[in-house]
Amino acid sequence: MLKSILAGAVALVIPFAAAQAQEKVLRAVMHADVRVIDPIWTTQTIASIHGMLVYDTLFGNDANLKPQPQMVGKYEISPDRLTYTFTLRDGLKFHDGSPVTTKDVIASLKRWGAKDGVGIRLMSYVTNLEAVDDKTFKMILKEPYGMVLESLGKSGSSVAIIMREQEALTDPQQQVKEAIGSGPYKFAKDLWVPGSKAIYLKNKDYVPRPGNEPPSSFAGSKIPGVDRIELVWISDPQTAMSALVNGEIDFYEAPNNDFLPILAKAKGVKLMMTGKIDSTQGMIRLNHLHPPFDNIKARQAMYHLINQEDFLRAIVGNPEYYRVCHGLLTCGGPYENDGGSAFFKDYNPKKAAQLMKEAGYKGEPITVLFTTDHNTITPATQVLVQAMREAGLNVDAQSMDWGSVVSRRAKKEAPAQGGWNIFVTTTGGVGASNPVLHTWIGAACDKGLFGWPCDPEIEKLRNAFAFAQTDEERKKIAKDLQTRAMDQVVYIPFGQWNTPLAYRADKIEGIVPNTGLAVLWGITKK
Amino acid sequence: MTAYIVRRLFATLPVMAVVALFVFFLLRFAPGDPAAIIAGEDATAEAIAAVRGKLGLDRPMVEQFFVWILQLAQGDMGVSIFSNLAVTRLISQRLEPTVALTLSTLFVAVALAIPVGVVAAWKARKLVDRLVMGFAVLGFAMPGFVLAYILIYFFAVQWQLLPVQGYRPIGEGLWPFVECLILPSVALGVTYMALIARITRASMLEVLAQDYIRTANAKGLATDRVLLLLALKNAAVPIITVIGIGIALLISGVVITETVFNIPGLGRLTVVAVLKRDYPVVQGLILVFAAAKVLVNLIIDISYAFLDPRIRY
Repeated sequence: MLKSILAGAVALVIPFAAAQAQEKVLRAVMHADVRVIDPIWTTQTIASIHGMLVYDTLFGNDANLKPQPQMVGKYEISPDRLTYTFTLRDGLKFHDGSPVTTKDVIASLKRWGAKDGVGIRLMSYVTNLEAVDDKTFKMILKEPYGMVLESLGKSGSSVAIIMREQEALTDPQQQVKEAIGSGPYKFAKDLWVPGSKAIYLKNKDYVPRPGNEPPSSFAGSKIPGVDRIELVWISDPQTAMSALVNGEIDFYEAPNNDFLPILAKAKGVKLMMTGKIDSTQGMIRLNHLHPPFDNIKARQAMYHLINQEDFLRAIVGNPEYYRVCHGLLTCGGPYENDGGSAFFKDYNPKKAAQLMKEAGYKGEPITVLFTTDHNTITPATQVLVQAMREAGLNVDAQSMDWGSVVSRRAKKEAPAQGGWNIFVTTTGGVGASNPVLHTWIGAACDKGLFGWPCDPEIEKLRNAFAFAQTDEERKKIAKDLQTRAMDQVVYIPFGQWNTPLAYRADKIEGIVPNTGLAVLWGITKK
Repeated sequence: MTAYIVRRLFATLPVMAVVALFVFFLLRFAPGDPAAIIAGEDATAEAIAAVRGKLGLDRPMVEQFFVWILQLAQGDMGVSIFSNLAVTRLISQRLEPTVALTLSTLFVAVALAIPVGVVAAWKARKLVDRLVMGFAVLGFAMPGFVLAYILIYFFAVQWQLLPVQGYRPIGEGLWPFVECLILPSVALGVTYMALIARITRASMLEVLAQDYIRTANAKGLATDRVLLLLALKNAAVPIITVIGIGIALLISGVVITETVFNIPGLGRLTVVAVLKRDYPVVQGLILVFAAAKVLVNLIIDISYAFLDPRIRY
């Protein structure tokens, strides 16, 4: 216990003593605090941001979502597309000085492939991962799965990071104890104060991709721009805004929409859109297991209660930052299409009520999990509940914090026995732009996500997408998939948004638009 | 007195045991599941169950309780479910900011409130008294966070005299340490200032009406000596009680101020641990808060004996 107390005291004092040296320090406030250091164990986005600083990946998707080699120096795909041969770049070393070898890579891919949804799907087609030597390994597939590189370079949650073999052998359901990667920054675990700050020190031994390739999201040369990155957690948005205006922090990843006009006018502060693809999509999930939404007619009736503008005005306000999108695959993404969008033509509570009646609804309570502590989900749920009440539905809005919603939504019991009928959530716009990466569009029944939509046709189309050989073919499948998923009402989208990040333009430069995760390693101090 | 202190210290053990029992089972009965939070947005029910199994949360509740109690008996508060760090380390990281904020707030509150309360009692029902009591009502009525934002706006953003947020340990230098605490101490201290000023005034008014004060005044003793040496000392017991309660409340109850000024103290650690259902951290914190309250009460009780010779244990 004494050791822990001393470690805690050291963590408080040392950061400041060390910071007194003439270091270039980037102080950034992210959307959440780094509370978990294993990005495979949890799907939290902030854990992936941490992971992308500390670890490296075999591939990185660029700003156009095209996978580009990162740790991989060269690779070959056999003509039958069943064997991928990857060779690692020269000079890759972990932060403890040991070289990165194929043993580390294979163990890491296996751990990721046993935990992450995209990884599990990829590994279901992999028959063998075999090391040729310390730098070269082969991935052998049983079928010509078309998303190998995209999966290895995925962004968002649970990125396919490469860790040391000794950590990678940890059960994926357990958290690794050390964060020792081969990425551009080293995690200073002794200085970490969960809920307050996480500190990353420049990895002076990092060998970036040669040729000084310009950074493009997770692709390109990762050249550490500052000596030290401090991810400071400020939970109060107004305080974070004031700290940025006052110059106490340099970078604010997710400013509150209400404060954007103030930040736009603040001296030295600039706003910047995070990427070409909207960061967030809103969704209403209906429980397909229980009445009334086990009936497709009742599910389709809900479309008549959704005017996306109402939701987006409540959440975002400024139309510059939101977009009405009547599809499930992200509008603005490569597979945007209008399949099934006709369902949204008519906002009409009376019609919704009539369809519900035809579906056999007789005024039973509809349990809505009402999140009270989320800056976007809470107002969206309020709008939904209001629309449902206008249609005369008997809404049982049960207020709870997000932690309780996360727990409650996993219950398959009937609403009267602790289950639910509706909850509102959001998903990442980048993940939702690809039918395979977009897990919420799936309909895998019991094995699927909460709400448990069940439709073999949807799963067949998702699979077909992964094996499509041409982009034209993929686009056609994506449209068929979206049409079918909207017909079955796997979920109801209520629009998408992309609020800008804010930074001190008079202090830092080199911010890269990203696709799903903040890219911090290229930022330099002026 | 020593025997009394030892007796009181032993009496804390059953209190702590009851607290441990309640906090453990209340947390388990409350809705929410850390495994679901860890497993994340895209986790299936099976994945959540797997995480729960690895965390040992699927074991019988009584078994989990005894495992925790055995750990506690060995001085081990367990490990955070999320950060995988020892709870003792997490609490010790947060102790200094909270203690610093508590003491600086009390310093601000006591240093201003007691003189003001004494003067208000001395000038009872006159303009000064009315002003002091008006301020006390205002201090009570204004929510601390509103005052905090007003202070931040003027002193940090507009005039740039003080930092908006953060905490810097005393090891980094006295001024950096003090400058981070000025605005939070004032924002938090106003309520306590109002409370202590009112109690001081009321207690002083009672003492000032006593015969021995009248006698002292009749004998021509200087007013300041009457007020400070005779009256204030005899009015001190209720004032000390309020200050003591203030310490106990501040240690566990400065969440809003810590949040607004981004001070990494125990209050914020508690809120986040509760929201994330980080059971070992919440359990450890509640035990620390309970121990702090017991200790503060003991110190208050002991101080009575020094301030009032009639009180003996």
